[in-house]
Amino acid sequence: MSAPESPREVALSFRDASAVRDGRAIWSEGTFDVPAGSVVAVIGANGSGKTTLVQMILGLIPVASGEVSVFGNSPGEDNDLIGYVPQHYAATAGEAVRGIDAVLLGLTGHRWGFARTTAAQRELAYQTLAALDADGFADRRLSTLSGGQRQRVAIAEAMVGGPRMLILDEPLAALDIGSQRETVLLLAKLHRELGLTIIVVAHDLNPLLPILNSAIYLLDGHAHHAPIGSVVDDELLTHLYGAPIQVAHTPQGELYMRSVL
Amino acid sequence: MRTGFATVGYQPNWLEILDSAFMRNAMIGGTIVALAAGVIGYFVVVRQSAFAAHALAHIGLPGATGAVLLGLSPVFGLGVFCVAGAMLISVLGQRASERDVVTGTVLAFATGLGLFFNSLATKSSSTMTNVLFGNLLAITGEQLMVFAALLAVVAITVGVVYRPLLYSSINSAVAQAKGIPVGALSLVFIVLLALTVTMAIQAVGTLLLFALVITPAATAIALTPRPALAMAISTGLAVACVWLGLIASAMFNAPPSFLIVTIVTAVWLVVWLRHRGSHRNEPAPHC
Repeated sequence: MSAPESPREVALSFRDASAVRDGRAIWSEGTFDVPAGSVVAVIGANGSGKTTLVQMILGLIPVASGEVSVFGNSPGEDNDLIGYVPQHYAATAGEAVRGIDAVLLGLTGHRWGFARTTAAQRELAYQTLAALDADGFADRRLSTLSGGQRQRVAIAEAMVGGPRMLILDEPLAALDIGSQRETVLLLAKLHRELGLTIIVVAHDLNPLLPILNSAIYLLDGHAHHAPIGSVVDDELLTHLYGAPIQVAHTPQGELYMRSVL
Repeated sequence: MRTGFATVGYQPNWLEILDSAFMRNAMIGGTIVALAAGVIGYFVVVRQSAFAAHALAHIGLPGATGAVLLGLSPVFGLGVFCVAGAMLISVLGQRASERDVVTGTVLAFATGLGLFFNSLATKSSSTMTNVLFGNLLAITGEQLMVFAALLAVVAITVGVVYRPLLYSSINSAVAQAKGIPVGALSLVFIVLLALTVTMAIQAVGTLLLFALVITPAATAIALTPRPALAMAISTGLAVACVWLGLIASAMFNAPPSFLIVTIVTAVWLVVWLRHRGSHRNEPAPHC
């Protein structure tokens, strides 16, 4: 079972991969390639193993069987290639640091030994914040920022090392509709300008649909990957979430999904 | 009722007292303790591990009273129990949901054990008081050597792990995703905390430990969100409060622990009230 020659570089390659957690099989038979530069949703019901999949890509849990590679490397081999935005960003220590401190740590936090932050590092951190329209509040404590502002700082922290892939865990979950829209526009910009591969774990696909190319979906204990057009399907989503879901089309040709009571 | 307060009062010869050998030892010892506590305290506050610090201080009690029973140095017993307790809490309490229960249970058992050891030895009740409330004025030259060595260990280790420890303290999920060994750093941190607690118990005691390990750091964080500056302020504040406490104790013949705690608390209160006030005036978050 070899993948057909792809003209594009492969960002994620899964070959009959399976995940086991605390001795329990989570999902298996994941065989797919995600081309570099894709915007991909990771969807599945609660407990289907979305977080496990992300942790596997980051190399935090082992691949139970089969193979997974990230830009041709084993997971965890070169995590500088990945920027990660967790779901609960700086939930507890937000009082102690400013946005700029968090972004600087994204750049230098993995270095051992004592070294002063250089002017060039500081400059790069501010530039990254500015590129994400986050420089206006870079010098404020994280605890004083709104959810949307904090999300920008989190993305700046993930981006400052110059990754090729951005993984976001439920980036829209705690945001109001306006901030959700701004975050999606920001992701679209990063994708457009830098050709980033973007992996988004999400429950609500609707706000992301305009920018998604494909989705990894975890269904019946198996991991699949398909173009977004074929994933946004009444039958598939109804099966996936175990609740009746209808895909609707607006007159403008946009898709959205809704649950049916 | 003048007699009840007979020993407390202004002592005109306080400069001579300050110049005495025991006071010099207290100054040096207090300074070493404050340096370690100021830095480690920053991480305690950021990592929200005040409860672990509190527990370690109690876990030291059976170590100190047990060591006296065996004819060993109380500081040695303190150190062994604190470090062993730190590792125990760290290993048993890996799940966040269980950590408080594990810590609390170990804390209570250790305190009980300390009481039991103390009851076995008739002469050790002064050890018990010293461990509970600290006694800077009883620090010996030998202990100073031990303190200096412990401070060196703490300083060198923090120098090596500074950024990864700070990163995993502030943002552990992202640090882990970057490949930083968050679990190992957590163990390193709690052992450093145990060494610091071992020293701080000697200065301010188990019951007043937070005065050096939590309050100066919390005060510093209220003053500035810059991590390195906050650590410097926290350390400076801890040192200054220990000195002022010792001087005041020479002037008024009151226990230094009490005076140190009082000064630290007063500074914290002023800063905290100002900080809260300034927060209220900041523009409301918007996006």
